[in-house]
Amino acid sequence: MHKFFIRSFVSSLVLLFTFTVAAIAKDVKAAFVYIGPTGDHGWTYQHDVGRKAVEAAGFKTTYVEGVPESADAERVLRQLANSGHDVIFTTSFGYMNPTNKVAKEFPNVKFEHATGYKREHPNVSTYAARFYEGRTILGTIAGTMTKSNVIGYVASFPIPEVIRGINSFTLAAQKVNPNIKTKIVWAFTWYDPGKEAEAAKALIDQGADVIAQHTDSTAIVQMAEKAGVYAFGQASDMDKFAPKAVLTSVENNWGPYYVDRVKAVANGTWSQKDTWHGIGDGMVVISDLDSQMPADLRSKVKKLQADLASGKVHSFTGPIYDQKGNLMVAEGKTADDGMLAGMMTYVKGVEGDIPK
Amino acid sequence: MIIDINFIGLIIASIMASAVPLILASCGELITERSGVLNLGVEGMMIIGAISGFALMTVTGSLIIAIFGAMLAGVLISTIFAFLTQTLITNHVATGLALTIFGIGISAMIGKNFVGIPGKEFPVLFKDLKDTIPLLGPILFGHSIVFYFAFALPFITSYFLKKTKIGLIVRAVGDSPESASNQGINVRLVRYACILYGGAMSGLAGAYLSMIYTPQWIENMTGGRGWIALALVVFSTWNPIKILIGAMIFGGLTIIQFHMQAIGVRIPVQFLTALPYIVTIIVLVVISRDSRKIRLSTPSSLGKSFYKDN
Repeated sequence: MHKFFIRSFVSSLVLLFTFTVAAIAKDVKAAFVYIGPTGDHGWTYQHDVGRKAVEAAGFKTTYVEGVPESADAERVLRQLANSGHDVIFTTSFGYMNPTNKVAKEFPNVKFEHATGYKREHPNVSTYAARFYEGRTILGTIAGTMTKSNVIGYVASFPIPEVIRGINSFTLAAQKVNPNIKTKIVWAFTWYDPGKEAEAAKALIDQGADVIAQHTDSTAIVQMAEKAGVYAFGQASDMDKFAPKAVLTSVENNWGPYYVDRVKAVANGTWSQKDTWHGIGDGMVVISDLDSQMPADLRSKVKKLQADLASGKVHSFTGPIYDQKGNLMVAEGKTADDGMLAGMMTYVKGVEGDIPK
Repeated sequence: MIIDINFIGLIIASIMASAVPLILASCGELITERSGVLNLGVEGMMIIGAISGFALMTVTGSLIIAIFGAMLAGVLISTIFAFLTQTLITNHVATGLALTIFGIGISAMIGKNFVGIPGKEFPVLFKDLKDTIPLLGPILFGHSIVFYFAFALPFITSYFLKKTKIGLIVRAVGDSPESASNQGINVRLVRYACILYGGAMSGLAGAYLSMIYTPQWIENMTGGRGWIALALVVFSTWNPIKILIGAMIFGGLTIIQFHMQAIGVRIPVQFLTALPYIVTIIVLVVISRDSRKIRLSTPSSLGKSFYKDN
């Protein structure tokens, strides 16, 4: 009896080992957890484009969409970890705690959490994109292209990510045109085409001739097209929705990172990382520049893009003052990542208060 | 800031454009409720109309087919509701809620293939007259046919209910189905017709959103407007003209609060975003506080099933 147990134990270990080796060598399975529907043509849509890139690289993928940032997330994560997935990407800020909690229970499964900062276990990595670099480019274009010197900005929620975007946009616009005013309207939604269109219309009626957005739908660029003003695409290339209005778009490009990380899992080289990639690493992509922009502006933007990529130019280079005139970043210095991550004050030149 | 008269005209025009889907869906639901049926599936029927209109426009390329197709889709999905509540005598509230959940789900499923496709431009009428008259020009001219229809609809609905025989029958069925039935009226048939009509109007409201207002398809694009339309019916005390007022106030405050933000008025933004909901309810409650009139216009058998076999 005793012998039988030992033998079966050993043989099952051998079997398990063979299977594991086989699994690592071939069938790495990646799972993606989405906050919204893949059909939002915005945030989740772009993550799903990244997932498809992983498929194209020859790996199996699964996704679960519309997962609330609650106890449900834990349940979904546990189920995905239990059903043989080797790496799980959780693509919304609110999955931070569930990801870390479930990661503790499954030390052999790798977890990748987007836009978070908690890495409590060695099998948890975090990643995010420096979208503010893209907004530096948009600000430069907006400041040059505006004739009314009024630029409209439709914002979603007052969180550091959005404030950082407004600041980097305004700083860049002021640099090329000190007379501009940035008018901000908070829509208090990420995603409601009707409301976003109304917000854009209000800004246009008040004289804004360039509209920037930090909400997800294409309603704003379409409204700009109707009204004959300029706009910028968000998250994906929105040019086909408004060919005359859209000057360029800032695209979220997760594909290369996802493929990279899944490959690392397959090769056994995966290790914990905190990634915050920008234009330089290709996570933030600037779409084609519209031919309505003068040639010298286009070449200026190209150069800026290259300088942001190489690190020669930083979006937040001092001196930067807040609205009250207090120094935020000293001359010759750049804002560090800690400051950027928690940015909750407007820079000088932005009108209005941050809603509390 | 210089406020010129055309600026006010532009604002009023955008307010009216944002009120269109609410007016359409509310007026449709009003007829349904006047016949004694409470259909909480407005949001679901709207979103089905939105995806059907957009899908048909993309596939056939014909705006007319798309608009009527969206109305037909609203009719079809409301037929399910009518069959369940009128033939199988299920509970109105539960069935209506199920209809909304069903509509959101199925529209997302159909819509998968239509994400990221730009819509077509919808033709507008009297575009050239827009600049001829100050203030009134942008308000009266340069809108789609659906826009004009929506602003005629409350008056047509009011006339229909008050002055026509069929309107009287609808009201009779909603107030006292037993008496109506004893008079030889086919209660079930009238209710079926009213539910399907409500479905058609909700479908049209959805198509307006996905084809005219913000021409694109994305999931959940109705964004709760169906629920607001339902609330408008109740707070307007089943009066189509008050629906028009309520929809204008609601749309108006949404747009005016954006303008106030852009001007830089220092009022908490959260308060401004809540304003449309609060003020619309207050105004409608105030203008409809005559309890005798409420009793007269509330369909007495609203939401109650009618059992009699014909």
